[in-house]
Amino acid sequence: MSRIGIPRTLAYFIYFPFWKTFFEELNQEVIVSSPTTRDILDDGVREAVNDACIPIKLYHGHVADLASQVDYIFCPRLISVRKHGDFGTETFCPKFLGLPDMVRLAMDNIPPIIDVRVDLKQGKDELLNVCSQVGDLLGKSETQIKKAYQRSLLIQKRFKKLLSQNMTPEEAIDILFANGEKKSSLSQPDLQIAVVGYPYAIYDDYINGRILSLLDKENVRVYTQDMLSDKMMNRQARNLPKSMFWYFSNRAVYGALHFMQQKNIDGIIHITAFACGPDSIVDRLLEIEARRHGQMPYLSIAVDEHTGDAGVRTRVEAFLDMLRFRREKS
Amino acid sequence: MKISFPHMGYSYLALKWLVENMGHECIVPPEPSSRTLDLGVRYAPEFACIPFKILMGTYLEVAEKGAEVILTSGGMGPCRAGLYWVMHQYILDELNTGVKVVAFEPPLCDLKDFLKKLRWVRKTGGLSAKEFVQVLRITWDKIKAIDEVEMLSHEIRPYETNRGETTRRLWQALEMLDTANNQAEIEDAMQEGLKLLREVSQDRSRNPLKIGIIGEIYVVLEPAANHYIQIMLGEMGVQTDRSIYLTSYTRKNTIVNLEGDIFEVAKPYLGEAPIGGHGANSIGETILYAKHGFDGVVQLAPFACIPEIVAKSIIPSISKDYGIPVLTLFIDEQTGKAGVQTRLEAFVDLLEKRREVKAKRGIERLVI
Repeated sequence: MSRIGIPRTLAYFIYFPFWKTFFEELNQEVIVSSPTTRDILDDGVREAVNDACIPIKLYHGHVADLASQVDYIFCPRLISVRKHGDFGTETFCPKFLGLPDMVRLAMDNIPPIIDVRVDLKQGKDELLNVCSQVGDLLGKSETQIKKAYQRSLLIQKRFKKLLSQNMTPEEAIDILFANGEKKSSLSQPDLQIAVVGYPYAIYDDYINGRILSLLDKENVRVYTQDMLSDKMMNRQARNLPKSMFWYFSNRAVYGALHFMQQKNIDGIIHITAFACGPDSIVDRLLEIEARRHGQMPYLSIAVDEHTGDAGVRTRVEAFLDMLRFRREKS
Repeated sequence: MKISFPHMGYSYLALKWLVENMGHECIVPPEPSSRTLDLGVRYAPEFACIPFKILMGTYLEVAEKGAEVILTSGGMGPCRAGLYWVMHQYILDELNTGVKVVAFEPPLCDLKDFLKKLRWVRKTGGLSAKEFVQVLRITWDKIKAIDEVEMLSHEIRPYETNRGETTRRLWQALEMLDTANNQAEIEDAMQEGLKLLREVSQDRSRNPLKIGIIGEIYVVLEPAANHYIQIMLGEMGVQTDRSIYLTSYTRKNTIVNLEGDIFEVAKPYLGEAPIGGHGANSIGETILYAKHGFDGVVQLAPFACIPEIVAKSIIPSISKDYGIPVLTLFIDEQTGKAGVQTRLEAFVDLLEKRREVKAKRGIERLVI
């Protein structure tokens, strides 16, 4: 039995249930890095190339956290998960494309990396193909792999269903694997806000200054783009001159556009990461679109290595005050 | 129609000719200046890369001069450049400039759209299809001729005995090319220009350092963005080879074209290619320059350029394995010429020292 390390960042928030199930069905132990801490962030800043964005630095930190505890680091090369975009060429951000190489060449003393290439736009069976490659590496038979694959698909489906019931990925993962219970949602929310952005910025409590729990305390119901079905989101592609090239960016943009058209949404918060390349486009696009959608209130929060709770809290509170003021006035 | 386009190196000479001979009025984009950059920085998103900001400034400048349409290129990703036109259009609309950005997407992605736009440009200019093809052909010849003289100038500059003479003659050659109107005239002007350059008084006993210039296409091609780095290095007595020319892919004799697929060369270090922009190329080209006996490599990239950051994080390993020093210059709106010059001088000093040590010890490779 090997110990497989999965960093608790980037695609973790979207695909963790699938891979955890897959590895455990193949009798491997899955170890997740601890939730982001100051030490992890500092390690990341030290290890990664200095021009990288915060999420990539954070990833290096999580790998460093796992390095001494595991036999393999699971760092797939995420190319694409669907055929989408104006030319069907949607991929992940270029940094995801080069991530395994960046990690391998930048860090010393790390266990071998499982850097299987995930390019699902190739065809329907591509995911099984990816799973076979991983299974082969671990010396498993084809029947075992196939069985694990089926089971993983099932769990991933259940995960998606939980997300669509307005749960965050961490809550859903808790319910799937640790018998957690669904948190009761606010019965009478004061405000309803859509929080959009990359999963690794929205759901990583440490890096975004605990914005979700802050909103919860303020009696605000939060929606994120991950609570929407793909169908609902992809409908928005028509409203853009050209889709983004990147999977997570498209989800953020489509989600935001969807929420801008909803009557019950009071405002949009876009969480973006410092020095994020795609977000330089996404953020300005959303800002302009929000104005065009009947002056929808829009707040953009950039998270960086210095983000403290206080800075984010001040800005969010000011935003909420403004929303309440606006409501009273009308 | 008053048409303009992005300013990129000396290509504007050929593009100006193209627009005028298609029957449109050309608003020639001014060479990017500090005003261009100021305008761009004011209206572009903070973390947009420098080419975006320079183009933003250029578009606003040509809009002031009355441009109605801007012709530019699209892209299929994953580099941001393919979305430039979308954002530029959004921002130009917000500022009520009334300028329309027409982007030519790669014909392999959307041939219909590409042909539709070509037809539109041709029809509004009032050209027949035959004339149009002829105009395009002459434009291409012009671009090739421009690249040809520019390449020779970089080869000759380190040998010049009167500082600045090569550059002055390059301007002359470009002026001659500017006035050429058909294939024969272009050929004549090019030969005349090459002759001018060859006649620069030179000291051929020198053995100049050789540096390869790699990186992102815009900052490599636009001297105003990279502080005339090739001229600067040339006048320090360094021979430079640039990995990208607009006509690169038609050439077989440049170093980056010698070994076929550049992505295959990069494969041992980067398992995926392309990764957008020139990220994978930068990795492959560093290896090729090392193999061909270059003394060093300068990587030029816009600040926050996604593919080049991936390349930068991998290049130190290549540098170590092949023993070739690499200097990465990230260019942003704060970059001053003096800062670049100081760093280049230090880099060149280091390369010279290295050469001396190598010659003394008679070793082939030296890892520092």
